[in-house]
Amino acid sequence: MAYEIILLTTMAIMVLFALSLNVITGFCGQVSLGHAAFYGIGAYTGAMLTKAGWPLLAALLPAAGLAGLIGFLVGLMSLRVRHDFLAITTMGIAFLFVGFVRKQEWLGGEIGISGIPAFAFGRVGLLVVAVVCTGLFAAVTIYLKRSWMGFGFDSISDDEDTARILGIDVPRFKLWAFVIGTAGAGVAGALYAHHVRYIGPDSFGFVESVTVLAMVIIGGIGSIWAVALAAAVLSALPLWFQFVDDYKLLIYGLLVFAVMRFSPNGIAGALQSLKRRAR
Amino acid sequence: MLLNVSKVTVQFGGVTAVADLSLEIGRGELIGIIGPNGAGKTTLMRVITGMVRPTSGRVFLKGTDITGWTIDQRVRSGLALAQQIVKPLATFTLAENVALACGSRRMGSPWRAMTTLDRKAELEQAKALLELVGIGAAAHDYPSEVPLGYLKCLELARALALEPDLILLDEPLAGLNQAEAAEMADRIAALVTDARSIILIEHNLREVVRICPRLFVQDHGRNLDFGPTQQVMANPKVRAAYLGGGAD
Repeated sequence: MAYEIILLTTMAIMVLFALSLNVITGFCGQVSLGHAAFYGIGAYTGAMLTKAGWPLLAALLPAAGLAGLIGFLVGLMSLRVRHDFLAITTMGIAFLFVGFVRKQEWLGGEIGISGIPAFAFGRVGLLVVAVVCTGLFAAVTIYLKRSWMGFGFDSISDDEDTARILGIDVPRFKLWAFVIGTAGAGVAGALYAHHVRYIGPDSFGFVESVTVLAMVIIGGIGSIWAVALAAAVLSALPLWFQFVDDYKLLIYGLLVFAVMRFSPNGIAGALQSLKRRAR
Repeated sequence: MLLNVSKVTVQFGGVTAVADLSLEIGRGELIGIIGPNGAGKTTLMRVITGMVRPTSGRVFLKGTDITGWTIDQRVRSGLALAQQIVKPLATFTLAENVALACGSRRMGSPWRAMTTLDRKAELEQAKALLELVGIGAAAHDYPSEVPLGYLKCLELARALALEPDLILLDEPLAGLNQAEAAEMADRIAALVTDARSIILIEHNLREVVRICPRLFVQDHGRNLDFGPTQQVMANPKVRAAYLGGGAD
């Protein structure tokens, strides 16, 4: 039973993490190769606060807030860059975060933070919190997608210049996407820290950013349910099969390659075209 | 005065695309901007819309200096643009393309956009506008499914959806055959109201002369003439520059 709880908690956290990137990359079309940095900010904030005596539930808010605030600043700095340049800029954020944390003794430096307090309501309690947080965030993204903000995001993702000509305040919409997405990653990070109870700088490096991006791409950029499904399955695979864990990057890489070659819109796109053919 | 372009100069490196141009437009006007290729017409339009910042000079809309404003700020203040190369949102239906424009003025604030779900009124308004420009039957089609003429009409419908005081149309007749161009030109002329003006940048001289009461002629970035159409067309300098005839 303990194994299943660990597995489900991992899946819930990764779904939340992937859905948070989906707001930035999927809804608003802003490629981010540094999303793990915000996951890390949430993890470190949550861990430091609970080690200082805060209850986890109270620490989730500052974790989201700090990740969202730094996401806002990064978004602000990234407004002038697009496409490949944005990808490179956000990749820089991933390296900057790891480089910064490594040199900070108060954050545990290279060694990281261990002995993170267990959640007061045990592993089952943490699973419930992770599922509730993920469910709430998924509900927020479904709402966003249906709102005028989602309509604006869609237009920016389609063609930023045309969106401007139609009166959409592109920079402010992008900033909102960055803040919502990075705040979600912050919550996922804080939950992750209390799930594994040890964090180090390498837990939030470039590879983790690419891994979560792969989940969004394989699911289908912008599709909420497909991204959630891809994140759940891809995060469970390494726990189910040892060889997947050993060759994780190779397998994810091959999957991304296959998706881009055969169904650029991911699982969601493949199912949609199957549905069209069936009619 | 609706629009006042005051002594605008635009330089790209060592090239002067627009030199010391001034242009004033009131409400209810339809003005044609003509000139040979490379005259700086599109650059002038881009200065007005905010896509290009002038090297010197100012742009005023309804008395407010908008020189430093972004495109979307100008759009929300009453300017609309239909570009030479049609740029529909490819993943939106024609109705959704127009509906976004219908709501964008009110949805300028992301907070308001986030707290508003209903798009029904905007979609209805969009369908009415598509009917107005003659492509109502294609409201639920995607841009890739309709011909160029429809996309030109879509640009017009989107511009109207912004409820603008001034519409800038950059070569809306390009790529259309003679009958389509005449039909589109009539449609454009019918859009001018007491409150709304149109600036038409166009190479189709026949249609421009037919529908525009006033012409602004550009050549090598400079203004050659500005006034009533017949008077401008009779100007020997204009004929020499634009039509290739002698100045005498």
